Amino acid sequence: MSPHIMTDPHPHAAPPHPAQTPEKPVWTLEGDSSAPRLVLRGSWSVQDGGMAPFPPDGLTQAQSHGTLTFDSQGVSGWDSAFIAFLWDVKQAASHAGLQFDPYGLPASAQRLLALLPDAPAPNKAADRKKPPLLERVGDKSLNVLNETGTVTELALETAQGACKTLTGKSGMRLKDLATDIWNAGPSALLIVGVVNFLVGAILAFVGLVELRRFAAEIYVANLVGIACAREISAIMTAIVMAGRTGGAYAARISTMLGNEEIDALQVFGIPVSSYILLPSILSLGLMMPLLYIYGTLIAIFGGFVVSVSMMDISPLGYLNTTFEGVSLTEFVFGFVKSFFFASFIALAACRVGLRAGRSAADVGIAATRAVVIGIVGVIAMDAIFAVMATVLGI
Amino acid sequence: MNAADTIISVRDLGLSFGPKVIQQNVSFDLKRGSIFAVMGGSGCGKSTLLKSMIGLLRPTAGQILVGQEDYWAQNDKRRTEINHRFGVLFQSAALWSSMTVGENVALPMEMFTPLPPDVIRRLVELKLGFVGMEQAIDLMPSEISGGMRKRAGLARAIALDPDILFFDEPSAGLDPITSARLDDLILTLRDGLGATIVIVSHELPSLFAIADDGIFLDAKTHTPIARGAPRDLRDHCTIPEVMAFMNRQAEISPTDETKG
Repeated sequence: MSPHIMTDPHPHAAPPHPAQTPEKPVWTLEGDSSAPRLVLRGSWSVQDGGMAPFPPDGLTQAQSHGTLTFDSQGVSGWDSAFIAFLWDVKQAASHAGLQFDPYGLPASAQRLLALLPDAPAPNKAADRKKPPLLERVGDKSLNVLNETGTVTELALETAQGACKTLTGKSGMRLKDLATDIWNAGPSALLIVGVVNFLVGAILAFVGLVELRRFAAEIYVANLVGIACAREISAIMTAIVMAGRTGGAYAARISTMLGNEEIDALQVFGIPVSSYILLPSILSLGLMMPLLYIYGTLIAIFGGFVVSVSMMDISPLGYLNTTFEGVSLTEFVFGFVKSFFFASFIALAACRVGLRAGRSAADVGIAATRAVVIGIVGVIAMDAIFAVMATVLGI
Repeated sequence: MNAADTIISVRDLGLSFGPKVIQQNVSFDLKRGSIFAVMGGSGCGKSTLLKSMIGLLRPTAGQILVGQEDYWAQNDKRRTEINHRFGVLFQSAALWSSMTVGENVALPMEMFTPLPPDVIRRLVELKLGFVGMEQAIDLMPSEISGGMRKRAGLARAIALDPDILFFDEPSAGLDPITSARLDDLILTLRDGLGATIVIVSHELPSLFAIADDGIFLDAKTHTPIARGAPRDLRDHCTIPEVMAFMNRQAEISPTDETKG
């Protein structure tokens, strides 16, 4: 029987071409089965493709309790690829019951190898099992109830804070309120204006095309006026503000959470509700009804521009019809709705921010969630308002 | 000094934010295989100097020569290529929070090497094994402690087998034992990977233990005031600011001693 175990490492590795640089990594197993010796040659570097794998059963022919030694004289250069290979060898050696004697390896490779554990960690990502359906439903229901309670509590705290503000004892910094009011109000004028102008214009377009068939073009003023004052301006403004301000609130609060700023507030005993929530919610609650009025007027103006330029409607006639057709009730209705939309958007955004995780990814999730909850919530609330208005005959 | 020994050479570097001068006339050579310490009190511009060396902040004067190339005179593409020879451990580890620890280490390899996924996975296990983190490969950065995050950051820094490793405050926020172990690890990695290391720190014990060259930046004059290994500076330097720093003499507030 042959005194040494020859193992061809991999077909493309041998024979090495002398002219080719860098050399391929080559390993051979020599010596008898009680004292195998691994001879290593060539350049073992990741960039040169020197990632040779060592088969896990490559040493099973060797007798156990033998000692595996190394000869690395022929290694011309190495990096992590070499260590990765040796790590495999070490695992195979312990699997075969061989002593691992790293003496023949470069000293620094020995030191790196000593850092490594005996085996890589098992892959345990797949272990997580889904709980049964009932448990999940129960969990979800409890979460929803819990969340409703928390949000209600926050809303009450904020309302209480708002009442205290009237008497000047809320602990809110007026500077914060001013900044938030500026961000939620005047700086949103342009985008709210553009959106409402276009919506008014589009409504007028569609209305004109249809109403012309009945020679009732003048009623386009009623159409635009009532639709915008009652529904569309309130919703459009709320959607814009949910994206603009709600997302910003959630991102800001969750970033503060990540920086431990919220923790710092809590340790000082500064209530989060009065320091962060109150100015945010109050500013949006104050500004959005005003933005709604502004938005409605711009939308009516948008309809006016389209109607006057496209049709034979006199400017004065259009305005007259609008004033006669759109009653003040519509504005009051929209104004009240806007206030509720604003409070909901701000409250939901703050709550989403407060319960976010602490990493950058969580900030993104919180901002997305705040915008989605804000928009869906506003539209759902609007539906409820519509039903209530019908029942009450408003 | 032999030019082949010098891996980075900084020439009359000036750093400033607008009109505010951070440091000027900074010159030093980084020798291959050395551990170079950038020392100085808080706010003296240590991290700023590091940022200018890794391409995050353009210096206002002077040159940084990496090999024979003027680093900041290159275009962005070439600078990125040079950066592939660098590994950086940031002060807060800066792990990407939307990826697992293993994915953090794997990303540079996936982006810049043609290796197949199974090979990358093996290398990731290896790099995490070096820093003793192989069990955390599938955890998210938010699920591990600060010290583990630092070590995972180190594994990511050595992902591409860099020539030069930059450490920004590697032991900040770590307990003395973890910090000493990290020092050991840095030495082992230097010897094992043959890397050159630039370390920004004011952790004196670890500087004395591992650094063999260094520069001392002064916050008042905005210039480097001493050169040499931290050990030698401690024992032989006669400049008052350096002596105070090395011997932990508090000239500003007496509580510094007890704060640790």
